[in-house]
Amino acid sequence: MDLETLLSYKWSIMTPEFIILGVATLLTLLDLFMPKSVNRKVLGWIGLTGILAAIASLISLLGHGPESILYDTFRLDSFAKAFKLLLLIGAAFVMLLAISYEPKEGITEYRGEFYYLFLAALLGAMMMSSSGDLITLFVGLELLSISSYILAGIRKKNLQSNEASMKYVINGGISTAITLFGMSYVYGITGTTNLLDMARSLLALTDIQHIYLMGLALFMILVGLSFKLATAPFHMWAPDVYQGAPTPVTAFLSVVSKTAGFIIIVRIMMVVFFNTPSSYIPNSMPLLIKVQDYIAFLAAATMIIGNVIALRQKNIKRLFAYSSIAQAGYLLVVLASMSVFMFDTLWFYLGAYLFMNLGAFAIIQLITQKTGSEDISQFAGLYRRAPILAIAMAIFILSLAGIPGTAGFIGKLNIFMGALAVEPAHYVLVSIMIATTVVSYFYYFGVMVQMFFRPAAEQEKIKLPIGLGIVIGVCAFATILFGVAPSIAFDFLHENFNSFSDFFQ
Amino acid sequence: MNFDYFLTFLVFSPLLGVLVLSFIPNTKESVIKTVGFLATLPALLLSLVAFFQYRAGVSLEELSENVRWVQFADPDTLGNLFSINYELGVDGLSLIMIVLTAILSTLAAVASMYIKKEWKGYFMLFLLLEVGMLGVFAAENLILFFIFFEITLIPTFFLIGKWGYFEKEKAAFSFLIYNGLGSAVLLIVIMVLFARTGTSNINALASILAADSQNLVFSSGTKMGLLIAMLIAFGVKLPIFPLHSWMVRVHVQAPPSVVMLHAGILLKIGAYGIIRFGMGIFPEQFQDIAVLIAVLGVVNLLYGAFLALIQKDFKMVLAYSSISHMGIVLIGLGAMNEAGIQGAIFQVVSHGLIAALLFFLVGVFYERLETSNIKNLGGLAKGMPITAGFLLAGAMASLGMPGMSGFVSEFMAFLGLFKELPILAAVGALGIILTAVYLLRAVLGITYGKAHREFAGVTDIRNKEWVPALVLLGIIVLIGVYPSVLSDPLTSTIETIIFKIGG
Repeated sequence: MDLETLLSYKWSIMTPEFIILGVATLLTLLDLFMPKSVNRKVLGWIGLTGILAAIASLISLLGHGPESILYDTFRLDSFAKAFKLLLLIGAAFVMLLAISYEPKEGITEYRGEFYYLFLAALLGAMMMSSSGDLITLFVGLELLSISSYILAGIRKKNLQSNEASMKYVINGGISTAITLFGMSYVYGITGTTNLLDMARSLLALTDIQHIYLMGLALFMILVGLSFKLATAPFHMWAPDVYQGAPTPVTAFLSVVSKTAGFIIIVRIMMVVFFNTPSSYIPNSMPLLIKVQDYIAFLAAATMIIGNVIALRQKNIKRLFAYSSIAQAGYLLVVLASMSVFMFDTLWFYLGAYLFMNLGAFAIIQLITQKTGSEDISQFAGLYRRAPILAIAMAIFILSLAGIPGTAGFIGKLNIFMGALAVEPAHYVLVSIMIATTVVSYFYYFGVMVQMFFRPAAEQEKIKLPIGLGIVIGVCAFATILFGVAPSIAFDFLHENFNSFSDFFQ
Repeated sequence: MNFDYFLTFLVFSPLLGVLVLSFIPNTKESVIKTVGFLATLPALLLSLVAFFQYRAGVSLEELSENVRWVQFADPDTLGNLFSINYELGVDGLSLIMIVLTAILSTLAAVASMYIKKEWKGYFMLFLLLEVGMLGVFAAENLILFFIFFEITLIPTFFLIGKWGYFEKEKAAFSFLIYNGLGSAVLLIVIMVLFARTGTSNINALASILAADSQNLVFSSGTKMGLLIAMLIAFGVKLPIFPLHSWMVRVHVQAPPSVVMLHAGILLKIGAYGIIRFGMGIFPEQFQDIAVLIAVLGVVNLLYGAFLALIQKDFKMVLAYSSISHMGIVLIGLGAMNEAGIQGAIFQVVSHGLIAALLFFLVGVFYERLETSNIKNLGGLAKGMPITAGFLLAGAMASLGMPGMSGFVSEFMAFLGLFKELPILAAVGALGIILTAVYLLRAVLGITYGKAHREFAGVTDIRNKEWVPALVLLGIIVLIGVYPSVLSDPLTSTIETIIFKIGG
């Protein structure tokens, strides 16, 4: 490839990625050459600035039609833009959490790494949302995963952190291998790694043997990616990893990494398997529709397991691990119902989830780091010690529980609507979702009882670091705003992304 | 009353109080209580203005508001389908409920003088609860209704759990889970209706289903299923036997001012929902199960009455009496004729007032004597003659003495049922006798029973305490002697319902 072709590519559509890559490189170098005595927190602020710049450049790209460069391996369609926006906003909050993260021991010497590994993971997730090719998709996934493995174990002297990292790397490795195995079948049958080319050649598939193989591939890819989403029955790693990892990393895994998981699953499932016939008769039902019931079953199992096991948790981070498993179950309902609103619903719910969950994690980080214990009783009397924090936490919890007036409610409403508007309607799935939501009241309100009804063990006021203050304030505001005036988000969606109609172009 | 956003202002006016309260320091008890009371007044004033104008002949339709709120589907492809509007509006029935809510809220704010701690948080939640209750009755579409319905849930949970008596947290959780399940079922019904028709407006849904005699939109089985699910949802709230255990616990454990609202308004949302949505959206199916409703009503009436007969605690008597009286609402609805429905609505209003009065009086003597055990209260007439007098009057109203509101409602509900199902009505009438027995047993035991204690130094009802007692009793008697104050505004609503069920 000569220089001229290289320059002829429209690199500008990759600006957000370049910014993140550049900042990550810059941080690596700075960390290397800065004297030991300099506080590394400044690197975090630089990283945050980079993320904000990337958001700004992404917004300037919103008007562009679907474009792709590098032989269709990098696509900038509505889907990419919409979900990249979520990833970047989530990462910005996580960065603020990381800046304010000050555990008793074990982070000072690796603080620099902490920041640029977040950026590397973010870059992987962003590449995934934009990729039109299995190779880049997989490379993005690996970049995200490997960075996350290290992040989970960044407190090198801490036993739990080590355990988390070890469990994560083993489980993650297995799941990646399974995914890759599944992908190899798809590649073998179609002879290409480009998603849209695959879709085209799969449409013409008539050999029943090949269709069986595609079924096997679907199964393996789904299993592998279920690990990433932490959905049942592949959720076992999540509670241990969430509990052991440093809180900002837990927040990252539960929000940004999960969003990325849904991005890759939608990319592969919708493009590849939606175009695979389920039998050799022409115009037969797509394979993906055929397996809808199985996905629905997984969704139901995830919601039930997540919500029921959460009832017994005493550790707040474990509690939120199960809560986020349950939330992934709600999101799987969207995939299982495959309505015309699928992308909108997924986007809105992931957005709402981002705000409410990161806000909650900010408060969890503050409380656990102050007391050194992660027991739920540390929240006792929070209303007395810091009324504003308690009210903010109440907002996040109410939103997670799906109470009206919050973004979580609108998101759930949207999910129900999608699941019931399709033919045949998923009555059972919706009933399970609503019933498990009521079950979740028990543990969510258990935290509320601690905060509002129980007396505090100590009366000392809680000092709020600026980074956490920003996260909590913005998240609480957004959670209420999108609950009271959700049309802001939906109008933005309709205006800029045009129903994601360019997804298959 | 012709200014824009009249209803919005009415519904959300208590929030002004919340705003003011947030600037007042936590320790200024009397300021907080005054602000909390004042914040309930705008809603009261506006609702009374609307009520009297309506009686003077002004149409309620000009109060309707409709603003686009959220559009789920892309407007380019699906137009107005799947959008939820912010729609408020009232008819005779909802206007009466709003007036009742506003009156009871103001009086309960007065009764909140017994609250001993954290007045600021209490009043903020109290006012939020009022917003939820007012909104429930003003909502013109199902999703908006549900939102307000859930808004009542959270403040009530905290009001019970934080300011209640000994087993308050248990009561609060039991409230939350029962009502959470109830609203979960309701949400399923609402979402099925919304997702399958693309609208959640009550009138639009009613006409879609009325036009659907061929069962194209929903199969007849689905319609029946939706109606029964809806009955379960509102049955938890009302409560219908056997979904009532949470409600007894709440009535015993919650502070008096909260119980006034709970028994007075929150339970009535169940009845309102059955009338508005059950009868309004599924009139045909409702007719098919009318007998079942009437039977449930009689069961409620007798079950509540029997249990009230053996209670030792006056609060328990009142709690079971509420269950029993809600049976009369169901009896009236099950009759499916004009008298029955009118009786049911009358009972909703009348019981709201009577329950509020009795629970307020419980608050009055509990505050002084720290017991609500019937035996320990014996001889109350010696120590607190006026309170005992009010108590007796309240009990008379409750057991349906002519000249008081309870009589009108019971009479009409049974009149309706005797027309349709005389045998069932005859069985039900036993309940009325039982009502008289348990109420007199309890009230006479308290007022004239053997005195178990000295009443020296116990003051009778005084100062602000007069206000709720007098106002409530006044309205109860007013409705009793001049029922058209209620029946006139209801005429058109009831006519519409009767027209729908073709009666």
